[in-house]
Amino acid sequence: MSKVVLSAQDVSKMYKLGLVSTKSLAHDLNRWWHTVRGKEDPYMMIGESNDRSVKGDSEYVWALKDVGFEVGEGEAVGIIGRNGAGKSTLLKLLSQVTQPTTGTIKVKGRIASLLEVGTGFHPELTGRENIFLNGAILGMRKKEIVRKLDEIIAFSGVERYIDTPVKRYSSGMYVRLAFAVAAHLESEILIVDEVLAVGDAEFQKKCLGKMGEVSKGQGRTVLFVSHNMHAIKTLCTRAIYMQNGMLKSDGNAQLIVDQYLSGYDSMDTARTYENTLSDRSVYLERAVCENANGVEKYMFTADEPIRIRLTIKKQTPVRGVFLHFLIKNNEEIALLETDSREGGYPEIDTDTEGEFTSVIHIPQRLLKSGRFHVCLGIASTQHDPFQIESLDSFMSFDVLADKTPRDSRRNSVLSTILEWKTA
Amino acid sequence: MSHPENSNEDWDLVIQSKSHWLRLNLAEVWRYRDLLMLLVKRDYKASFKQTILGPIWFFIQPLLTSSVYAVIFGNIAKISTDGNPRLLFYMAGVIMWNYFSTCLTSTSNTFVTNANIFGKVYFPRLIMPVSVVISNLLRFSVQFLFFIALVIYFMNDPQYTVHLTWAVVFTPVFLIIMALLGLSMGLIVSSLTTKYRDLTHLVGFGVQLMMYATPVVYPASFLQGKWKTILELNPMTAVIEGFRYAFMGSGSFSPGMLLYSIGVTLVLLLISIIMFNRVEKGFMDTV
Repeated sequence: MSKVVLSAQDVSKMYKLGLVSTKSLAHDLNRWWHTVRGKEDPYMMIGESNDRSVKGDSEYVWALKDVGFEVGEGEAVGIIGRNGAGKSTLLKLLSQVTQPTTGTIKVKGRIASLLEVGTGFHPELTGRENIFLNGAILGMRKKEIVRKLDEIIAFSGVERYIDTPVKRYSSGMYVRLAFAVAAHLESEILIVDEVLAVGDAEFQKKCLGKMGEVSKGQGRTVLFVSHNMHAIKTLCTRAIYMQNGMLKSDGNAQLIVDQYLSGYDSMDTARTYENTLSDRSVYLERAVCENANGVEKYMFTADEPIRIRLTIKKQTPVRGVFLHFLIKNNEEIALLETDSREGGYPEIDTDTEGEFTSVIHIPQRLLKSGRFHVCLGIASTQHDPFQIESLDSFMSFDVLADKTPRDSRRNSVLSTILEWKTA
Repeated sequence: MSHPENSNEDWDLVIQSKSHWLRLNLAEVWRYRDLLMLLVKRDYKASFKQTILGPIWFFIQPLLTSSVYAVIFGNIAKISTDGNPRLLFYMAGVIMWNYFSTCLTSTSNTFVTNANIFGKVYFPRLIMPVSVVISNLLRFSVQFLFFIALVIYFMNDPQYTVHLTWAVVFTPVFLIIMALLGLSMGLIVSSLTTKYRDLTHLVGFGVQLMMYATPVVYPASFLQGKWKTILELNPMTAVIEGFRYAFMGSGSFSPGMLLYSIGVTLVLLLISIIMFNRVEKGFMDTV
């Protein structure tokens, strides 16, 4: 590892649950009485690990427990984990917004944190005035802002409104301006919480590009919290996986993200789709994903074919029934759409009642790594309305690219292997 | 990833649970001086956005208050003004007291009103209350200029004996005492109310009560004996009486009382900084 610029040792943070009340006053007095007698804090010991979904007995909880890691100069580290895993608490400690209950964090160089865009924006002030105010709050000197003013305004793309009070801005313009200021911070270490989830697609792309430039181009250290696994994989070299306030694993971004997604899988309830009670004349009763051998699974490698088995039930005879099938990726982009008629599946187009099973084959190496969602429509030209059933993202599966390293570095949505021939 | 404890490495920043109780990082505050000035500018600009009269509002408000006092305490209650024009007498008290009380009340809720900013970004927390004190100084300066104009007007009126005295040179001292007193009392309240906010309900009332224990609507000479001793224990008494003596040539003023005020101010300032420092780091969890 290169020169260590950030080191966290046994960092823990305890929070009290519930309201501040006379009860907390009693606790404070008791705690004070223990300290006076030189004893340990009586409430520190009973704090439980932080699993938000399980009801605990204690009023105190460890939002972070014994977290330790080191970050080298120029590293881009992604911090991932489910909601309430302690990611934001960790960032808060790093940005000195609050202090750890125990443990030490040591930092070399200037640290700038972006837990929110537009902190301290005053609605009555103009865009230009807010650039100065916000920049200064984030730790920039005035002359630094003056030097970068044109660049910031250009990056934000709100030149026209720059001398209008920000209260007249659309929320998108507001965020653009705010991020533009933050993107021009000059610090050795940059901490970014999930702030890119705002703004339109073009601006998000610009933000991610800027983040990449900061970490790769300028060699600055970046800590980045996100739920966007694609962004983590492309921006970060290393990832830290947090679970229930503890550091679960730490290592190569690629591997940790895959581990996180598969861990996610086991925690989720079964991904089989089942619907046995429907008043529709034709409906999807059951759907599963399976591999070539018919084993049900939802985690595939890119080199594995995927089969989607659909059980359709017809309660009343309807003629001309066909299915259309759609795959979306995690960014809600429709990757491919196809229907049963062009796929050569005429059986469903009869007037008999009962169950029909159809299997859709997705060839290997068609999809890139990531999570995919299946949508299904059942329709008939003989039925009114035309659309009988429409299911959006009712089932999802993951494709991992652990054996095809090039895959995740590609920018395309598909990574289908095409035939190459010498002509 | 346990590395050996490497304490001789030069870390720029160490974040841990306890810091020294008097670790007042003034160098850090100085580094953020641009932010301080921008916050002052923000307060100034934001308070006059969409007003037509703009900064004129700065002296309309004390003028109205002084007139009301002149009618109630002067004409109706017939409280002496030491032979000074009533408007001028109350004006002096009102602008001085207003500066002190706004400093106190607006710094007293520093943590609560700025919780959303403090929760997202770190900068020396002291910047916020100090910026309030400076913004209000700006407001005071405008009012002070208006007051000087009134003094000059009444100096030329043979009916009164309004005149400047040597104590005028102490004007900056009066200002600094007022600012620091307001700041430190505000900081003490804000530090005490991060977790239990009971005290905030008392602040408004307390400040009003304190005004009557300060010679704002009456001259110090109005009280005698034991009451006068109590009045002189109030560190604001010397400031307001001194200010009146400096610009109107009436009232009691002694360097001894001023020294007493300075002493009280310094003690309160020290206490407030210690208290502020203690809560500054961890208040986000309880505010």
